[in-house]
Amino acid sequence: MRTLRARLTPYALIFPGGLWLAIFFVVPTLVMLSLSLQSGNVVDGFAFTWNWHSYVDGVTTYHDQIIRSLLYGLAATVIQILIGFPVAYWIAFKGGNNKSVYLFLVLLPFLVSFVLRTISWQFLLSDNGILLGPLRDAGLLPQDFRVLATPYAVIGGLSYNFLPFMILPMYVALERIDPRLLEAAQDLYASRFHTFLRVVLPLSLPGVFAGVLMTFVPASSDYVNSSVLGGTNTTMIGNVIQNQFLVNQDYPVASALSFTLMALLLIGIFAYARALGTEDVLEVAAR
Amino acid sequence: MNDFRNQDPAFLRGMTQRRLGRRDAFRLAGLSAAGLALAACGVQGKRVAKPTSSAEAQSAVQQYWSGKVKNGHVDFANWPLYMDPKQPELKQFTGQTGISVTYSEVIQENASWFAKIQPLLAAGQSINYDLMVVTNGIQFSQLVELGYLVALDHSKLPNFAANAGPRYKSEAFDPGNVYSIPWTSGMTGIAYNPKYIDTPPTSYAAMWDPKYKGKVGMMADSQEIGNFGMFLLGIDPEKSTPADWEKAAAKLKEQRDAGIVRKYYDQSYVDPLSKGDIWMCQAWSGDIFQKNVSDGTDLKFVIPDEGATIWTDNMMIPKTAANPVDAIMLMDFFYDPKVAASLAEYINYVTPVPAAQAIIKADADAASGDDKKTLEEVAASPLVFPSEADYAKLRSYRNFKNTDEQKQYENIFQAITTA
Repeated sequence: MRTLRARLTPYALIFPGGLWLAIFFVVPTLVMLSLSLQSGNVVDGFAFTWNWHSYVDGVTTYHDQIIRSLLYGLAATVIQILIGFPVAYWIAFKGGNNKSVYLFLVLLPFLVSFVLRTISWQFLLSDNGILLGPLRDAGLLPQDFRVLATPYAVIGGLSYNFLPFMILPMYVALERIDPRLLEAAQDLYASRFHTFLRVVLPLSLPGVFAGVLMTFVPASSDYVNSSVLGGTNTTMIGNVIQNQFLVNQDYPVASALSFTLMALLLIGIFAYARALGTEDVLEVAAR
Repeated sequence: MNDFRNQDPAFLRGMTQRRLGRRDAFRLAGLSAAGLALAACGVQGKRVAKPTSSAEAQSAVQQYWSGKVKNGHVDFANWPLYMDPKQPELKQFTGQTGISVTYSEVIQENASWFAKIQPLLAAGQSINYDLMVVTNGIQFSQLVELGYLVALDHSKLPNFAANAGPRYKSEAFDPGNVYSIPWTSGMTGIAYNPKYIDTPPTSYAAMWDPKYKGKVGMMADSQEIGNFGMFLLGIDPEKSTPADWEKAAAKLKEQRDAGIVRKYYDQSYVDPLSKGDIWMCQAWSGDIFQKNVSDGTDLKFVIPDEGATIWTDNMMIPKTAANPVDAIMLMDFFYDPKVAASLAEYINYVTPVPAAQAIIKADADAASGDDKKTLEEVAASPLVFPSEADYAKLRSYRNFKNTDEQKQYENIFQAITTA
């Protein structure tokens, strides 16, 4: 009896989550897969025809937007590591008794709606707004300088919106580092730089990996930042998919593009996991 | 979680392996289920045959309306900024007829509204509204083609027959008002901020002027933007051909690649225009009036010399409506000239009831101070009561013969806006 319970417990624990995933992830994914292979239009109806053309059409028409999305996602991820790592490091090692306060501050913007935060950038960075207006009047910026409606605004918005997802896993990894390891490194005459390079950095990599996973994926498929902060030639693949679904009602192409994006992101992640060493990844998964 | 580390590794391995085995079984089951699902789930479309004779159409009307009775309630779906929030007209309707009205500003965009109601209507389910307002255009045609709209019983629309302007009784998108009667019309023209622009634009060419580089806003809507390109080239959008679309698209691409366009906007163009992020943009007539009234801005709206687009937002009854009789009574109520006048005074869009003009003038005479001035302006405004000369310059959206043609159009112009 006891062994049976012990054997069943893990399944019982996974059951609610598994059921949730089955209903809200597996089923829609299958429906989408089916849609991506159908042909027709919303008036005459769609029928399943093994129509691979949606994939071909989608990728040939929108390869620019796909590549752009991956590049924007990558740029945002790099910026987030550069900004987030020092923050996580500082909170983990210098935060003292106020760590939870600092973490709360990192999370604070999350209490405001995602869309609202992005729209507030519009207000802040408006051409004649409180930031750019005075700088231009002072002659520090050229007359036609602008931030909004540029790729920089979109990448900036992506970096800002997903930053806590980068900081938190890195903080967790850094916080787990035993301070005695650092002391040991110093006892062995490692310089502070080398302590960081040889001890802190390798131990924090699983956190960085988790952070990259949690930011690169949503950033690459995001459409809010591009539609609110972007201009011409900044359309991301998320916008195209949304447009195909809601404006054109071209469900097959929209689904095919979603699957293509999913496949590209998975390939990217596994390649990255490979490059970083699979053991680190498993370690992250175990936490 | 940390306790896992202290577990016997053999136990961990065992669990992992068992789980994998289990997952394989699921995977197999899932695949076969997926195969079945893939084959089974097509999306239903139900194009309906158009009635071939007027007798047939007449009998369809009779068949639908016979036995339908007033239920005392109507659910009305409309766009934001399309009625005084105090809803004086609806209160009056309830007072006169005893029919209560639930008014919801749930429609933000034709495409997303269509996407929302389409699956319900396809399944023959209620969308929870008896009356809705949709613009003439792609989605309206689709609603008609799919048979999602109730054919109206014109014997129940005496006010419409008596008071609607002749133009609004013979719209190309719904000849004979079989499925819809207009709620209101509006123009798409050029709005500009006089703080930054000294010479008022009179031609579409102003939007291609390199001196406004990065300060011009265009719309993302493929019909609106396509029309601007065609007006610039002197093409009548209503009669345009695919070759015209390509020409217009080339012009729009030129405008984009020269960096003149800052961005392709949805309804969100008003704020950047008043803040000075853009100096000039495509705009809908009533939006600019309402922004000026509500925020005290001084934005201007012009109809260029080449002409402009006029569109019509139409009231219609979805086929699954629970209260069609109450809905058609409300539709007719808005064609009472007094009601039409009161609505136009607030929203400042083109009213389909010409007789409203005299009533607004009379209201202006009775009013005083600022109210008097505003009402006089509304009564004289070409944006609410366009003259024949104004109408002569206005054109409608292109009606698409079929979905292939529509798709071709959208692909051409979306290549501009979603690059």
